[in-house]
Amino acid sequence: MSGEPTPRLPEPDRPWMMRTYAGHSTAKASNELYRGNLAKGQTGLSVAFDLPTQTGYDPDDELARGEVGKVGVSISHRGDMAVLMDGIPLAEMNTSMTINATAAWLLALYIVAAEEQGVSEEQLQGTTQNDIVKEFLARGTYAFPPAPSMRLIADMIAYTVEHVPKWNPINICSYHLQEAGATPVQEIAFAMSDAIAVLDAVRERVAPERMEQVFGRISFFVNAGVRFIEEHAKLRAMSILWEELGRERYGVKDPRHLRFRYGVQVNSLGLTEAQPENNVQRIVLEALAVTLGRDARARAIQLPAWNEALGLPRPWDQQWSLRIQQVLAYETDILEYPDIFTGSVVMDGLVSEMLDGARSEMAVVAEHGGAVEAVPYMKSALVDSHRERIRRIESASQIVVGQNRFTESAESPLTADAEGGILVVDPSLEAEQVEAVRRWRAERDMAAVDAALAALAQVARGEQGEENLMITTIAAARAGATTGEWARTLREVFGSYRAPTGVGEAAAAPTDGALRELRSEVARLQESLGRRPKILVGKPGLDGHSNGAEQIAVRARDSGMDVVYEGIRMTPEQIAASALQEGVHVIGLSILSGSHRELIPAVMAALAEAGVTAPVVVGGIIPEQDVAMLKHAGVAAVYTPKDFDITRIMRDIVELVGAGAEGSQNGGEGLKDHDPASVPGPA
Amino acid sequence: MSADGAALGARLRERDLSAAPAALNLLESTTAADREQSAGLLAEVSPAALGGEAPGHVIGVTGPPGAGKSTLLSALLAAWRAQNQTVAMLAVDPSSRRSGGSLLGDRARIDFDPADHGVLIRSTAAGERLGGLAWATRAAAHALAAAFDVVVIETVGVGQGETEIAGVADTVAVVVQPGSGDVLQFLKSGITEIPDVLVVTKADLGQIAMRTRRDLSAALRSLGSSSTPVLAVSSLSPQSGIEELAGALAEHRARLDIPARRLRARRDGALTDFAVEYGERGLRALGGRHAAETLLEAQAPELEVPALLSVLERALA
Repeated sequence: MSGEPTPRLPEPDRPWMMRTYAGHSTAKASNELYRGNLAKGQTGLSVAFDLPTQTGYDPDDELARGEVGKVGVSISHRGDMAVLMDGIPLAEMNTSMTINATAAWLLALYIVAAEEQGVSEEQLQGTTQNDIVKEFLARGTYAFPPAPSMRLIADMIAYTVEHVPKWNPINICSYHLQEAGATPVQEIAFAMSDAIAVLDAVRERVAPERMEQVFGRISFFVNAGVRFIEEHAKLRAMSILWEELGRERYGVKDPRHLRFRYGVQVNSLGLTEAQPENNVQRIVLEALAVTLGRDARARAIQLPAWNEALGLPRPWDQQWSLRIQQVLAYETDILEYPDIFTGSVVMDGLVSEMLDGARSEMAVVAEHGGAVEAVPYMKSALVDSHRERIRRIESASQIVVGQNRFTESAESPLTADAEGGILVVDPSLEAEQVEAVRRWRAERDMAAVDAALAALAQVARGEQGEENLMITTIAAARAGATTGEWARTLREVFGSYRAPTGVGEAAAAPTDGALRELRSEVARLQESLGRRPKILVGKPGLDGHSNGAEQIAVRARDSGMDVVYEGIRMTPEQIAASALQEGVHVIGLSILSGSHRELIPAVMAALAEAGVTAPVVVGGIIPEQDVAMLKHAGVAAVYTPKDFDITRIMRDIVELVGAGAEGSQNGGEGLKDHDPASVPGPA
Repeated sequence: MSADGAALGARLRERDLSAAPAALNLLESTTAADREQSAGLLAEVSPAALGGEAPGHVIGVTGPPGAGKSTLLSALLAAWRAQNQTVAMLAVDPSSRRSGGSLLGDRARIDFDPADHGVLIRSTAAGERLGGLAWATRAAAHALAAAFDVVVIETVGVGQGETEIAGVADTVAVVVQPGSGDVLQFLKSGITEIPDVLVVTKADLGQIAMRTRRDLSAALRSLGSSSTPVLAVSSLSPQSGIEELAGALAEHRARLDIPARRLRARRDGALTDFAVEYGERGLRALGGRHAAETLLEAQAPELEVPALLSVLERALA
């Protein structure tokens, strides 16, 4: 049998960079967390910022209510950044920051914090995510309209290539596209189109001979789902396309600059709330997708925690995920061989299928005028794909163990503690942060801040010719300006923006029996109400994860309801005003950021103030122990990720409206005397 | 139990804007009791009750999808509020044929301040009815014009839609984006009636926007209608042309014989409603469309649509 000796590497490869996406509450608390993680063998940092920091608001802004320190750390100024990085040697550390709209600002704060440690900017290593197109498409933490956002990114790349040469100024993210429902082909095509838009924008702002280097600094941030063979093929296809793009479109010759470099956070979309321990094996298998084949192996990996569908992970949960990486790297033989898929007919076949699919999808995006112009097209394509995925799970043609098959389970000891196995952020912390930022503002040299912000506005308006925004941004950071002030200054010049919701163009669902039945129920209800049942789908707070809300909106329409969906980032007052003006019969709210404890009661109060009596249902990542509190606040029903059958949720909502109609008939002023407690509904 | 239509109508007549949401809920309702109350509401805001035509300026804004209507309206809304004018916006969305449901997405694109009680935005579905505007939209525009300074009806479409909106609005603005040849073709071939104001959006695109504007002006001149203003606007920052557009809309209205236009609109509306309800057969029973028109023209000018409709129904009996 034997012929050639089995190829082995002369020496095992070095493991990839191991990170944990971490950060919460204050700079001080997160600093302690980082030091602990580094002590456990983590080799890089991955900073999670809270939503106000990501969208450019200070903790005392009205829109920040309930969100401060929730999904990440709150960073308002250079003082916060100094505390966050205290005792961490920035000359050696490799820091990844999940930051987009405000990436230029957070990098500026990081540069200033390094300065204070005596470390110069050319020594800094790390990554800023900085991919705004996918924020418009999937994640929602944008701050400015598309054109000025692209300018900000281009300026930042031009600056770092010159002054912070080891920094990856942008991470093209296909990660969030998959979270929003992208198929592998869509993930490849949309990410590559996005990269083209960025590179084309930078090309206008740097000298031609710099482009080779610029291309080499672009890295990717991808997703990997549990179908790990297909996922691995996706990454091989991406590296082929990337090299091709570099050679053909940007004339890159140096093979080092042509290499497809990516970091990864494996799939969160597929993690379930039901039997959450199963998520551990899903995470392990997904990690294989990005490590198994040497030719397309990740440079840096961060794994989600088993309990992400339940709430925020605790340090122990994150440690578990880090240990998965360490076992893979140090116990298995994965790093000892050359690429194990070379010559595989199956792998080559999958790769070439994906390349074909991605190329034709990229052509469609190009026809729309490129990634920025094609945002509405891509958004509605994602909403469609996601709807298709949910349909497969609902009909159990796609099996999710513990959710739609094998659902019998013994009591889990993992979630048995008082908090339900998750981290609960101290609610008094927001008030402390509000206090702290006000103190900071009072104690700094106001004249210096005003001058720095005025200079920033001038450059933004283009009064200084082609001056790079990064320079005035760093000056403002040094002067002590805050995140909110920096963003407000730019918003005033650039204007604000609302991204397309993608739901208006979404195709209708294939009609099945359950949906048909529901439609006749809705038609009957319309007769008795006198109007078609009308629902407001609202996303209060800064959370931009709108995939769930979009699916609810589309399904409500497919059930025959009139649906008002306004997109993300609504204040409680806006939701109440819309509910009143639109005369809706029911209101559905979606929150995934953990801020429901503050925001839902605030919405209920605003509705009462506006005189709206329509019942309210809530969906999102809501821990079991918060359900009673929400119901006490007047919420009629609460839905969590384990309620995956959307048609069922619709049926509940229609019943809820029907019960209200019987109670009062349509009085012309919404539903009256409606007692939410009397309405049957799931927990 | 139905809401008290007459009371809501009286509040609107007194320009109590807070009555508007409940009034719209009632006008949209199809139950027999609510329809009766709706008639009572409309009687309270009829020219007879108001002692003249409703003071609000009803503006129809229409154009193909993606032309930038909502962004434009967002900018116009701010301009009108800066002039201290109260504004109601009725956004009419096409419904899904299959399920009957609809996604009313336009609200998402219009910036509004929830604390500003001088603004009302209401999205409605076009519904199953053929021929565009829902009955309720016409009635709503009519009722809201008693209370608000500006009432906007936003519809999607190019071609037939404007004809129907012209039957309700005092001023019709058609919105096109640069480079779209459809509107130009429709204008030339007479499929589209000539609007009162033409708006070219996305003026920041420069050359191509200016060319579109020039082409439209030339087409209008060749059709003998050089008085229709054609404006280029940019609704996103930095804005341009928004105040000029608000000015052009106001100017059109100042030149208009409002009572004559509204009278015609009410009579056309009653005839349309009759035709929807009773069809061609009903019209033949009245002696044909022309005879029906003559009958309507013989009625007192201050009668509102439901009253005119009952005149026709009585003639049928």
